[in-house]
Amino acid sequence: MLLYVFRRLLTAIPTLFVIVTLAFFLIRVAPGGPFNQERGLSPVIKANLEAQFGLNDPLWQQYLNYLNNLLHGNFGPSYNMPDFTVGELFAKGLPISIQLGTSALILALILGSTLGVIAALNQNRRADYSVIALAAAGSTIPTFVIAPIIQLVFGLSWKLLPIGGWGDGALINKVGPVLTLALPQIAIIARLMRGSMIESMRSHHIRTARALGLSEWSVVVKHALRGAVLPIISYAGPTAAALLTGSVIVETIFAIPGVGRYFVEAALNRDYTLVMGTVVMIAIFTILFNLIVDVLYAFVDPRVRYD
Amino acid sequence: MLKNFLKATVFAASVSMASGMMLTPSLAEIIYNRGLSAEPESLDPHKTSTVYEAHVLRDLFQGLVMQDEKANLIPGAAESWTVSDDGTVYTFKLRSDGVWSDGTPVTADDFVYAFHRLEDPATAAEYASMLYPVVNAEEVNNGKAKPEEMGIKAIDAHTLQVTLKAPTPYFLEMLTHQATYPVNKASMDKLGTDWIKPGNLVSNGTFMLAEWVPNDHIKLVKNPKFWDAGSIKVDTVNYIMTEDRSAAMKRFEAGEMDSYDDLPTEQLGDLKAKFGDQIRVGPYLGTYYFAIKTDKEPWNNPELREAISMAIDRDFIAEKVWQNSMLPGYSMVPPGIDGYTPAMASYADESQIDREDKAKEILAKLGYGPDKPLKMEIRYNTSENHKNTAVAIQEQLKPLGVEVSLLNTDTKTHYSFLQEKGNYDIARAGWIADYKDPETFLGISRKASGNNYSNYDSPKFEEAMDKAAAAGGKPEERMKNLADAERVLMDDTGVIPVLYYSYHNIVSSKLHGFDDNVMDIHPSRFISKE
Repeated sequence: MLLYVFRRLLTAIPTLFVIVTLAFFLIRVAPGGPFNQERGLSPVIKANLEAQFGLNDPLWQQYLNYLNNLLHGNFGPSYNMPDFTVGELFAKGLPISIQLGTSALILALILGSTLGVIAALNQNRRADYSVIALAAAGSTIPTFVIAPIIQLVFGLSWKLLPIGGWGDGALINKVGPVLTLALPQIAIIARLMRGSMIESMRSHHIRTARALGLSEWSVVVKHALRGAVLPIISYAGPTAAALLTGSVIVETIFAIPGVGRYFVEAALNRDYTLVMGTVVMIAIFTILFNLIVDVLYAFVDPRVRYD
Repeated sequence: MLKNFLKATVFAASVSMASGMMLTPSLAEIIYNRGLSAEPESLDPHKTSTVYEAHVLRDLFQGLVMQDEKANLIPGAAESWTVSDDGTVYTFKLRSDGVWSDGTPVTADDFVYAFHRLEDPATAAEYASMLYPVVNAEEVNNGKAKPEEMGIKAIDAHTLQVTLKAPTPYFLEMLTHQATYPVNKASMDKLGTDWIKPGNLVSNGTFMLAEWVPNDHIKLVKNPKFWDAGSIKVDTVNYIMTEDRSAAMKRFEAGEMDSYDDLPTEQLGDLKAKFGDQIRVGPYLGTYYFAIKTDKEPWNNPELREAISMAIDRDFIAEKVWQNSMLPGYSMVPPGIDGYTPAMASYADESQIDREDKAKEILAKLGYGPDKPLKMEIRYNTSENHKNTAVAIQEQLKPLGVEVSLLNTDTKTHYSFLQEKGNYDIARAGWIADYKDPETFLGISRKASGNNYSNYDSPKFEEAMDKAAAAGGKPEERMKNLADAERVLMDDTGVIPVLYYSYHNIVSSKLHGFDDNVMDIHPSRFISKE
């Protein structure tokens, strides 16, 4: 198993390299640069800025410099926020996005799975229909609608939560963003869980377990759930990568200083180094969580072995 | 750095949902929660470029001159100054009690250092041009002269002499710009690039930098060493960055912010009904205009340009598209600059119906009609309001038989296309005053300006602008020359001004000293909170 993990990590290196190379050249294909703005800069001032950030070097040179810096763990300065390096921006923002994302993921996994199991065990009864209706609503109402509603109801009307801001990490400031992030995931996971649980309950090994006279609890939790949870694991991998790297909508509406907004902002600002940093971050998270999913599979599904 | 990155990740994952401390102020502390609609880019005065950091820098630093709550010029680090008879030599007397936040005195050498640094090509200051009137400043910035050759000299510890290339009556106004604020050399030498970090930054203004969490807040605390610290009425200013304007309104309503510097203008009517006098909308020194390619067929015909400009119903656009959060504009220089009367387009006083008739006549005369429709493309940068403005113009020009197509690109693409002189017909642009003088609005239509998106090239206009520059020592004559220049620009339709900007703030009735002014400048120094 360890060998397998090691091999997978090794193959991640060329993958990352391809991603970095593609991203580096693609962002530069976009018209305009970091220093084209409403107020045009004089050629002299623009040249000074470009010289400072090495943007006047030939592109291949810039690329090699970037790779070299990256290998040394240096993501470079942010063009748009020169007081910070890209590394500093992530050091400040990433823990925040990870806190919110992890909380939302855990909430979604627990609630979503529970609802899915309840629906599956009560198939075509009221509880099932309620979960299906909830799930349909949850997965179709966009977050940019949910977030302001949470602000209005819990913040302005009931005054239970702050409207926005990070509040230096106060628990109460996290409730709104976590709920908003979790709701659509709860809906999706509930539906997935319901489907796979129904299928699992109909399978031969469950019939056998019942025939052997095992208790209902044992049948459901020990045998049915174990098989049913596989699709959830596959889904949770990429979802975790997406949630932990932040959401631009949730962060903007709730004024949360995470890293999710950098993905869009940096691209719009042509803040090349920040774009690259974001791409690398998301790539690492995606690779890592896909690996975690595969490893988890080996533990849950006895048919999967990596030796 | 990778280490930090990993550490942060591991740390965060392990303490997910751990609650931090809340800001719990002591009872007597007065906190002003000041909303900002965008993130400041840099708190290094020499790397600044947006109005968002200008607000913060104005609280952190004191330039030679500053502005009061009405944006009028007041002494800053300099308590007085004299100007030589020929208007080229400024001698500033610095306050003897002016100190940095670390207690060391603010000296003339600090300004010499700061001005050199602003022009040093290695600093790559976007606003280096704020000192271009100074002898050799531009040359230093170009790399053609050494900083020591600049026209700035410390006569003694508290006397600073600045020599200009030519009389520049708006030089003092330029010195209110944050790019000319001083920086503390000792701390920069000691700390390197970390000098700017909270806790390290040594400043000479009314407040000191305590915290900066990007995209969340910047916390400033009162500087007890400021020479007039006794008059500062708030202890802490929290600049709170909230990009989402609708969310900001809710934060204001919930009391999380005492003021916010923007409004969701599409809700302006409802907001006024709800918040009453706390909604502040008024004229701001800025012009929303369209550049028109004056050197390209058929737009090289001034008559045709005028017809297009006349047919645009500015009242409609201001009222329906912008909900009166902008005002109809007929001149490049917006009203509000003392001593200057903007030169309005000749048809400004005519009714829209008359203007349309005239425009139709001109188009017919030039041979445009159903058989030979005039085609025009409007380029604009992404924004709901820019789009609606362009659509309104498209509709307004339709009855004249002009076939307007619209092209939307993101801001960077838009401006790089304009700055690289791409092939366009008319394009949306805006200009906000850096300092209170008509020159800032008219200078961008000069032939050599990088912002001359119309490619406007008029010897008459250049001549009037040159005359104004030469009349530097005679303010009245200079203003007249500038008005003459604007007259030429408007008669030529070198640009199509459509709207004047307005400031739009929401300000709690508990705040005092947040006075409305055309520069939308509100130093926290003069603000108090009930």
